[in-house]
Amino acid sequence: MELFRGVNVDWLGKKWYFLAFSLIFSVSGVLSILFWHHIKLGIDFRGGTLVYVQFEQPPNADRIRQAMDRAGINGSRIQPYGTAAQKQVAISLAQKETQESALDAGRETIVQALTANYSSNGAASQGKLDLDNAGQGALVQYLQQSDPEHLANTGAVDATQRYAQQATAILQHRDRDLSGIFSSIDQLNGVADPAVVSQLKQGAYLSGFHVFAADVIGPQVGAALRKQALLATLYSLAGMLVYLWFRFELIYGVAAVVAVFHDTLITVGAFSLADKEVTLTVIAAILTLIGYSMNDTIVVFDRIRENLRLSRRENLTTVVNRSINQTLSRTVLTSGLTFMTVLSLYLFGGEVLRGFSFALVVGILIGTYSSIAVAAPMLVAYQEWRAKRGKRAVLPAGKRARV
Amino acid sequence: MRKTLLIVAVLLVFVFGIFGIPKGFGPSAWKTAFTDRIHLGLDLKGGIHLVLQVMVQEAVSAETDNAVARVQAELQQGGFPARSVLKPDPKHPELIQIQGTPPDRVSDVRSLLDSRYGTQYTVGSAPNNSWTLTMKQTEVQSIEQRAVTQSIDTIRSRINALGVREPTIQEYNLGTNQILVELPGSDDLSRVRDIIQSTARLEIHLVVGGPFPTEQAAVQSITEPQQNVVMAYGGTESELLGQYYVLQRIPIVAGDDFRDAQPSVDENGRPDATFILSRSAGDRFYQFTSTNIGKSLAVVLDNRVQEAANIQQAIRDQGRITGLGKDKAQNLSLMLRTGALPASIHYLQESVVGPSLGADSIRKGVLASIVGMLAVMIFMLVYYHGAGINADLALMLNLVILLGFMGYAGADLTLPGIAGVILTIGMGVDSNVLIFERIREELRAGKVPAAAVDQGFAHAWVTIVDTHVTTIVSAVILFLFGTGPVKGFAITLSFGLFANLFTAVFVSRHIFDSILKRKQRGEALSIG
Repeated sequence: MELFRGVNVDWLGKKWYFLAFSLIFSVSGVLSILFWHHIKLGIDFRGGTLVYVQFEQPPNADRIRQAMDRAGINGSRIQPYGTAAQKQVAISLAQKETQESALDAGRETIVQALTANYSSNGAASQGKLDLDNAGQGALVQYLQQSDPEHLANTGAVDATQRYAQQATAILQHRDRDLSGIFSSIDQLNGVADPAVVSQLKQGAYLSGFHVFAADVIGPQVGAALRKQALLATLYSLAGMLVYLWFRFELIYGVAAVVAVFHDTLITVGAFSLADKEVTLTVIAAILTLIGYSMNDTIVVFDRIRENLRLSRRENLTTVVNRSINQTLSRTVLTSGLTFMTVLSLYLFGGEVLRGFSFALVVGILIGTYSSIAVAAPMLVAYQEWRAKRGKRAVLPAGKRARV
Repeated sequence: MRKTLLIVAVLLVFVFGIFGIPKGFGPSAWKTAFTDRIHLGLDLKGGIHLVLQVMVQEAVSAETDNAVARVQAELQQGGFPARSVLKPDPKHPELIQIQGTPPDRVSDVRSLLDSRYGTQYTVGSAPNNSWTLTMKQTEVQSIEQRAVTQSIDTIRSRINALGVREPTIQEYNLGTNQILVELPGSDDLSRVRDIIQSTARLEIHLVVGGPFPTEQAAVQSITEPQQNVVMAYGGTESELLGQYYVLQRIPIVAGDDFRDAQPSVDENGRPDATFILSRSAGDRFYQFTSTNIGKSLAVVLDNRVQEAANIQQAIRDQGRITGLGKDKAQNLSLMLRTGALPASIHYLQESVVGPSLGADSIRKGVLASIVGMLAVMIFMLVYYHGAGINADLALMLNLVILLGFMGYAGADLTLPGIAGVILTIGMGVDSNVLIFERIREELRAGKVPAAAVDQGFAHAWVTIVDTHVTTIVSAVILFLFGTGPVKGFAITLSFGLFANLFTAVFVSRHIFDSILKRKQRGEALSIG
């Protein structure tokens, strides 16, 4: 099987279309960043509180909002997390100014508000253990105190151990098998001893929600991470520039970095347009893209260098066009394959990786495009500009032939 | 033949890296072997991630507090007492002011200050027989650094007492004087906070006056110079609640002087804690108590009077603190055993990942990897036929080496790390595509298979090096800047790329060569 055999496209002839295309995308992204959605920073950069809650019944945003209002929590944001079938919600709270000393306050009030609202089935839950949110320590303590198997009186030495094992089994069942939440305490039949199950039926209740993760990030950390992310991106670009300068010529490095910067801008713009959050992992994805898009550009540049050595008389435009055409099938294949893996991440990787894989999905498409449509035309444009000023017309063919 | 052996050896070495020696043959034995070798990150295993700020200026302040007392005593002993020695500005704990030394002893004062404090402080003189001691910047830094290291040690021993397996407690280089605490598999945030946060500053002071029912009465009773005494409230859980005491500022014993402590029960069955002092502190305590019989001592925990009692006899090195709840007695004993934190701690970040999210992430990450990998492998087979098998073998070996690396390095596999594995598969195949496309080109140009393979690899090699270097540059920068999950991603990406250099270039080449050797001259190469 073979695609793109003997392609002969005049890529450079289409440079004005490319320019228009790139401009439309980057300008609309920039406009969105400036005037529309701006860049929505994730909690890790902004600072604040984010509580992830799993519900037993499909969550009702209005009811959660009412619970928050009743607890006096202002400015919380309630968003569905993952697919509707997962019944998960992320409740976020912006950073308050004075939170440094009581960082945890936001999370605690959210959990309290939920408990108050969802455990309000009368006296039934009063003073009982919430089995949906109980941790290992609390459950072991409860079992030891209630002692359903009457181990304390028989003088069994391993009472603590017995109850700890049961608690582990119960929580593993909840967290691994039932994805975090019980629909009935009867689900514990066969997981724990009957005596323990019936004790839990009396002394424990199900609140119908389970806090499965929480992030609380203070303003200091947020600010430090923002700075770090920016620095990492800039260092990455600078590192590439220096490497290409060393391996090719300065103009190759500049062209490649401009192309990669173009990709970064469009990817970040896409996040703004789609109103998606930029988090720490998204920055990781963007740094990966910088490396990846650079790959594509280098493959084309390598070929240009090689062809320039073979035919020094030829016009640069012809050489560049031929180089792009020769590497086209590789470029499309690799991008296609990487795109396939990234798409699989986007589709199957779950909510935690959604932003990360979205950045890669967008970035790989743009990165492939930019190595053909931005980096190579820039080289030629530079050469023409030099030629106009009467300087040496042929670009240096690179310092080394081989490694 | 030698190359085949090398490849098989590499394969075995890295398979060992992934699994070690499993304890059985069933699938579950392999699974445990796998999870024993490959450590899961916090985001997959579930756990607590904390960033703490050590309030280092408190440690500096404690040091200068100490110096204030010493300066006062030494000037007194030298026969040229100062009117006052104090710290003028709470915002500048490194500054000490000495006022009103005898005007006729200026040179004696200077030589004493220079000889005793010159190494740590800059000694300056001011008008009206005043002096300033400013702690040197290097000294401040070393105290701060010591405070951080000591906090890390203390927190580590407290966490160890909690029984968390494989905790990470280290200096966090995102900010200054910060500590990173990661507790895999732990979900009880409030208990962890209790254990870490309590400074448990235990001190024993001489009672100057008290108890008073109101703060005002306590203040009015003070007759001594203000800077020599300190006000303290009664404890939270005892009969002392709501009482006020005036105490001598400098404690008789404090912090490091406590050597051991155990929770116990007093004669009435109430929980308390018994402590033992270190030898030198014991001597000091004995001297003090024997000369002060009849006076009162206050046991002060975190600036609250926990207990106040008359000295009935000289005490050497053992004591007891009553009026504690059971939990508090246990916690206090733990704190005293593990040593006090040199300064208090603020929380900057707290993340908790529940085990259900971790389990879900693993399922999804593995599913995405398998789907992505199968898609790539099937495509390579369809597109390159025989050579596709070659690429797929290289890809699988790549994966084995990558995971083996992870096993040997003890690096954490995080969810972004799994994404890194998938991405490596996509990018790893890039080298194969580059080579195969080049071979096809050479074949089209009319070269015989052997020459085409040779030329294909030679030409592609330059490009492969360049592309790998650039990706590794960004991975290394990610590693340097990233934390936790992102670092895990950088690790798998870099390992994967290194492994890819070996598999795509060396292994693939060897497979081609072996195939070519068996073929008749002129027979076509299966490359799609």
